[in-house]
Amino acid sequence: MSAFVIRRLLQAFLVMALMSVIVFFGVNVIGDPVYMLVSPDADQAELEAAIARLGLDRPIWEQYLLFLQGALRGDLGNSFIFGEPALKLIFHHMPATLELAFSALFLSVVIGIPLGLYAGLYPDNPISKGIMAGSILGFSLPTFWVGLMLIMVFAVELGWLPSTGRGDTATFLGIESSLFTADGLSHLFLPALNLALLKISLAVRLTRAGVREAMGQDYVKFARAKGLSTRRIIFVHVLKNIMIPVVTVMGLEFGSLIGFSVVTETIFAWPGMGKLLIDAILQLDRPVVVAYLMIIVLFFVIINLIVDILYSILDPRVRLQDQGA
Amino acid sequence: MKKMTTATLVAAGALMLGAGAATAEKLTVGLASETTSIDPQFHNVGPNNALSLHIFDRLILQDERQRLMPGLAVSWTPVDDLTWEFKLREGVKFHDGSDFTADDVVCTFERAPNVPNSPASFATYTKGKTVEKVDDYTVHFKTEEPYPLMGNDVSTVAIISDSVGCGATTEEFNNGTAAVGTGPYKFVSYTPGQSVVFERNEDYWGEKPEWTEVEFRPISSGPSRVAALLAGDVDVISGVPTTDITTLEGNDDVALYQGPSNRVIYLHMDQFRENSPHITALDGSEIKNPLLDVRVRKAISMAINRDAIVDRVMEGVAVPAGQLLPDGFFGVSENIEVPAYDPEGAKALLAEAGYGDGFAMTIHGPNDRYINDAKIAEAIAQMLTRVGIRTAVETMPRSVYFGRASSGSPEGEPEFSFILVGWGAGSGEASSPLKALIHTFDKDAGLGATNRGRHSNPDIDAKIKEALATVDDAKRQDLLAEATEMAMDTVAIIPTHFQVNTWGTRKGLAYAPRTDEYTIAMGVKKTN
Repeated sequence: MSAFVIRRLLQAFLVMALMSVIVFFGVNVIGDPVYMLVSPDADQAELEAAIARLGLDRPIWEQYLLFLQGALRGDLGNSFIFGEPALKLIFHHMPATLELAFSALFLSVVIGIPLGLYAGLYPDNPISKGIMAGSILGFSLPTFWVGLMLIMVFAVELGWLPSTGRGDTATFLGIESSLFTADGLSHLFLPALNLALLKISLAVRLTRAGVREAMGQDYVKFARAKGLSTRRIIFVHVLKNIMIPVVTVMGLEFGSLIGFSVVTETIFAWPGMGKLLIDAILQLDRPVVVAYLMIIVLFFVIINLIVDILYSILDPRVRLQDQGA
Repeated sequence: MKKMTTATLVAAGALMLGAGAATAEKLTVGLASETTSIDPQFHNVGPNNALSLHIFDRLILQDERQRLMPGLAVSWTPVDDLTWEFKLREGVKFHDGSDFTADDVVCTFERAPNVPNSPASFATYTKGKTVEKVDDYTVHFKTEEPYPLMGNDVSTVAIISDSVGCGATTEEFNNGTAAVGTGPYKFVSYTPGQSVVFERNEDYWGEKPEWTEVEFRPISSGPSRVAALLAGDVDVISGVPTTDITTLEGNDDVALYQGPSNRVIYLHMDQFRENSPHITALDGSEIKNPLLDVRVRKAISMAINRDAIVDRVMEGVAVPAGQLLPDGFFGVSENIEVPAYDPEGAKALLAEAGYGDGFAMTIHGPNDRYINDAKIAEAIAQMLTRVGIRTAVETMPRSVYFGRASSGSPEGEPEFSFILVGWGAGSGEASSPLKALIHTFDKDAGLGATNRGRHSNPDIDAKIKEALATVDDAKRQDLLAEATEMAMDTVAIIPTHFQVNTWGTRKGLAYAPRTDEYTIAMGVKKTN
């Protein structure tokens, strides 16, 4: 297993190196950040000084080598706009995104799996049909529209929840998060639900399909014949077996929850990494864009690794080893 | 004795009641754009400058129409051609209790142009000036040439404290240790991307601030900002989207406040290339650049229906423009009318210039910078096509657009032939657009820096330079107006309209619209 992990880490490093080339050159051929930064009142001399200070007067390959040099020391450059290290900025915004993503994942599991289980066990029940129809809506409605509707209904019309922003934070076990205060949770609920909607639908459909397939299998019939209670069959045997695809997909989707929370964060003015990224793109804050993408790549690599390891725990037939190569 | 105690108690009680009522006076503001730092000298950009006004005073303040008024300086007068004397306000204290003196001014102007990593420094306003302390409450600003815009320049620089501010890093401002000014509000907390909180400075030297606590929250998405106002989560929002204005006007729970800005939207025309890259004959063959001919430029201006742009594209939220700044600003000419819409006259002028059959052209513009920018470009293209100039439209994100528009050609010159742009006069008077947009592009003198059409007219240049060297206000005002008239006469650029900004508040509040587009708590008052 450790050989497997080491090899995977090496692969990950290669992926990161490749990504750095693609991302750096991709980001650096678009637009001109100098005109986004300097005051319109600046004269020609100041403009040139700004270009030199940002290092944009050097040839692009030289800029890339400087970037690599810094990257190996863990320095991905300073944000053009904030003047602070890009990594520091991203880590500063990360807790907000992580708590949003974890809450969304939590919601999709606790809402999606039970609903999917129900729909799988009683496929002809009208409630099940309702659940499945709802899941289609969850897939097809655009996030920004649902987000605005949630705000209009729960914040503007009913006034139950705050419309935008992140609430008070508190520190628990060394982690500062808005998950630990009532105000924080009330701010978190709508964006988390909005972000989770698609994943809930996904969990419903995956679980339902898994249950439908598993219920007809021999091991379930055998368990029945052995006289096990329906409860035990479903919650121990069936659920354990259908969890494999669910864990895989939800694991990968967690990456996308973090990486693509941009829309939800913008609508709900949530101060997370996605918001930081979209602002950085709009204002051509190149170091932040590059650093963000590098971190997201790292995330996906790590999540894939964790999913592989979880596999082996859930399904003993899977052994972590190299397959040829 | 006993009576007195009771009286004291009652008074104390009343005071406490007053204080209790006052603590409820919290104002929450939803901002369209995010502040990037608390350091007032880090990034010279609108949202940061507006925010820093709460904590840090300037020697000279600007009112909501950008007229200068005394701040930490009670007077500023030229003592000779090269020296301005500033008398400082006495008895002003910083938030940490230390006295404000000339030392703070001197060190402020030393730090302002030299903040490390600053994306846009205040060197623009401090260059060419040396600050000398005469006594504790007098400073001299010296220049190498006569410099009439001293007041305007000085009004942009936030005064920080010699003891804690001048040696501090940007980070120390952001975490609050150096965020010590003399302003109407004191720093409480700053969470990037989330909120900035201030509390009232009870010892403020000027008008007492109305709110005991103010919170600013960035909400960049327009619909979300409106929703936050409707939900009562924020009391004031900036940048109400034009599409929401009609709906909000019908809502009794909110009030809208509108005012023209110092931002003119205008067209720059290629006037330096014999063959302009995006202009061809109708059949696509190369022609001599028609925009070099003043009659063609005039025809284009006449072909644009400014009222239609304001009514239809801007939904009434704009003012048609015939010059560089709206009425009421320093240096505005009273003799200039908004050019009338006259398509027939335009056609006649084009024919006279030898372009009776028209030509083909592309208008380039940003699509995420000004209010409805892409739609305006489309409207203008249609209007020009109607008089025979077949105009195509190409818009792009500002991050791509401005670089290409300024220096995108292979020779590092402006890439486009005919562009839509905007200019906000930061100084609040006409020399700002004149020297940046109209004056000949002159790198050594630092003039014409944003002259993307490269219009060049020695007579206008001389007039602008004369104005920039005239300290007498009345004379300078006339010179600026004359220079504007000359520029409009030769159609150096074509102004189309002035942007109007809209703020929304909950019922019972009023906001005094500012021409500099700033959203500040000092401008929010209760109406009842």
